[in-house]
Amino acid sequence: MKPPPESVIDVQGVTKRFGDRTVVNRIDLRVLRGEIFGFLGPNGSGTSTFLRILCGLLTPDEGSGRCLGHDIRSDRAAIKREVGYMTQRFSFYEDLTIQENLDFIARIYAVANRAAAVRQSLQTLGLTERGHQLAGQLSGGWKQRLALAACLIHQPQLLLLDEPTAGVDPKARRDFWEQIHRLAAQGLTVLITTHYMDEAERCHRLAYLAYGNLLTHGTVAEVVQGANLTTYEISGPLLHRLADQLRGQPGVEQVVAFGNTLHVSGRNALQLHQSLAPARSDPYHCRAITSGLEDVFISLMDTARDNFR
Amino acid sequence: MKHHQFNFQRFWAIVAKEFIQMRRDRLTFGMMIGIPMMQLILFGFAINSDPKHLPTAVLSADHSVFARSFVSALKNSAYFDVRHELHSEAELDRVLDHGEVQFAIQIPADFSRRLLRGERPALLLAADATDPAASGGAIAALHLLVDSALNHDLKGPLQKLRASPGPIELIIHRRYNPEIITQYNIVPGLMGVVLTMTMVIITALAITRERERGTMENLLSTPARPGEVMIGKIVPYIMVGYLQAILVLLAARYLFQVPVIGSVTLLMIVILLFIAANLAVGITFSTLARNQLQAMQMSFFFFLPSILLSGFMFPFRGMPVWAQYLGEILPLTHFLRIVRGILLKGNDLSDIAPGLWPIALFLVAMLALGIHRYRQTLD
Ligand SMILES: Nc1ncnc2c1ncn2[C@@H]1O[C@H](COP(=O)(O)OP(=O)(O)OP(=O)(O)O)[C@@H](O)[C@H]1O
Ligand SMILES: [Mg+2]
Repeated sequence: MKPPPESVIDVQGVTKRFGDRTVVNRIDLRVLRGEIFGFLGPNGSGTSTFLRILCGLLTPDEGSGRCLGHDIRSDRAAIKREVGYMTQRFSFYEDLTIQENLDFIARIYAVANRAAAVRQSLQTLGLTERGHQLAGQLSGGWKQRLALAACLIHQPQLLLLDEPTAGVDPKARRDFWEQIHRLAAQGLTVLITTHYMDEAERCHRLAYLAYGNLLTHGTVAEVVQGANLTTYEISGPLLHRLADQLRGQPGVEQVVAFGNTLHVSGRNALQLHQSLAPARSDPYHCRAITSGLEDVFISLMDTARDNFR
Repeated sequence: MKHHQFNFQRFWAIVAKEFIQMRRDRLTFGMMIGIPMMQLILFGFAINSDPKHLPTAVLSADHSVFARSFVSALKNSAYFDVRHELHSEAELDRVLDHGEVQFAIQIPADFSRRLLRGERPALLLAADATDPAASGGAIAALHLLVDSALNHDLKGPLQKLRASPGPIELIIHRRYNPEIITQYNIVPGLMGVVLTMTMVIITALAITRERERGTMENLLSTPARPGEVMIGKIVPYIMVGYLQAILVLLAARYLFQVPVIGSVTLLMIVILLFIAANLAVGITFSTLARNQLQAMQMSFFFFLPSILLSGFMFPFRGMPVWAQYLGEILPLTHFLRIVRGILLKGNDLSDIAPGLWPIALFLVAMLALGIHRYRQTLD
């Protein structure tokens, strides 16, 4: 056996158009083995499309590369056998029971010792008792968990998860992330799309996509630093009035209420500082803080809108 | 390359899944059994009924006692309802053309004179045979009627005229439709019609349903290959097809007393080919259609010519040549010949072989088209 390739995903210039709309625009990406890679972007930015290209469901119009060492254009069958893809929309059979669904997938992937694998999977899910319930009768969050269990059953090398935690409760989400980290520690690579910031921060590395363009990528710290954003936290009475006053001032790009405080950020630190003069006097209290991921992403999105629309 | 081969385990996964889904979808399953039952009952009544009191017109140019007693016998019979006494042939043509009567009976002017001379005068019966099943019983009755009516009058010295071949010659013109479809034709044919209808629809929905429910994206992301998916989806419905065929066959034999002369085993083997051909059509439609409604429309698009051009509805030889060519493409055309051949004429394999290869050819072409059209991506 040849040694496992260092980068599990390595693609260059991947482009996908629907009609004359470019949905994924010349994306280069490398993801290493054992990495949990977060893929973020506003709705319609092309994250699902990119995942589909990686697992061979869509043919890229341009670009090339390898996934698990197989060519993404010519060797799709090999990729499919080693990838676990979880679709954004629930796509298992609602008229089959939980157990039958798992059994079907296990058969399709020719899982060795199928019955044991299905039983194990049900146990991990905590659904042993409900194995005979129709999948269509599960609640949204449970469907997500079933889908994750199903795409793990053939022990894939790479997981492509499209918003796996949408609509899942916090406890289940935490369990999910613990499981993902455990699997990654064993060498599984995970590419995951999400709209949740706390989940983005749990990824080893992340990328931000807007209008099909890869705007930034790296660790959370790198992404925040690269954005060059200055953020102040303001506290005091009647903050919504101050917020109205600050919006539209030079250098003020975002004014967001966070509980009893206001976060104000902008890329031009000097202008922002000057515009915040009213917030520095009584009765307000103003201090510089590190920008959050969300501030960074919203800032990136605004820039992207100016540049690509 | 290894992964390009047909994998039996993946194929079997699809088959097992389809069986479970079929079992859960009670309504569809009920329809698959219900449609043949309904068609049998509907067509069965049409066949069984031996219509009586059919509107009749009489054009009598002869006023002899023979002619009059014949007409009154006609009036007394249950089959004929004499509504018009006509006076000219033009009138006769008109009432038939307008469908006012089913029969027009013409008694020539020299009827009694020639009868008495023993010259076997002609009695002309013009039948509107557009609905041939309707007139069959009545025509048969007319023969008896003629004999009994005239025998009553042919007494004494005239008795010698009764001798065979009968005192008169009954000439029957079946207008509009020279061939006759008998009940024996219909019930065996029904087997083909039922299979065509249900098999195509059911599989046309098979893949479109996956696409509409979003399960296709998942299926496509697995290593399952087009051949495995398509054939895996066909196999469970072959069983359903057999169930339907057996149902019709039993009804034909015991409900409608259709003679079963040939080998049922041979028929059961040949049916496999026919069922597979129809399932392949459905599967191919289902790769073309975007949603279940389109799949349904395509099925009807296939079903209509099948039923009209195959010789089920209209005599095959009565159709224009272009329609015959079209009909020759359709599996139902050949299957009808085969099933009638086996059941009614006792055909063996060598007799039906000319009908087998066109069905096989059709099957291969359809499967090839379907597999070619089956998109392995979401592009
Ligand atoms: N099959 C298709 N045909 C045409 N347009 C498509 C197709 N699939 C996606 N699109 C378009 O491509 C764009 C990107 O779609 P995609 O599903 O990748 O978005 P996304 O980033 O996953 O969004 P979300 O976060 O809402 O899931 C959208 O504008 C969508 O309308
Ligand atoms: Mg998406």
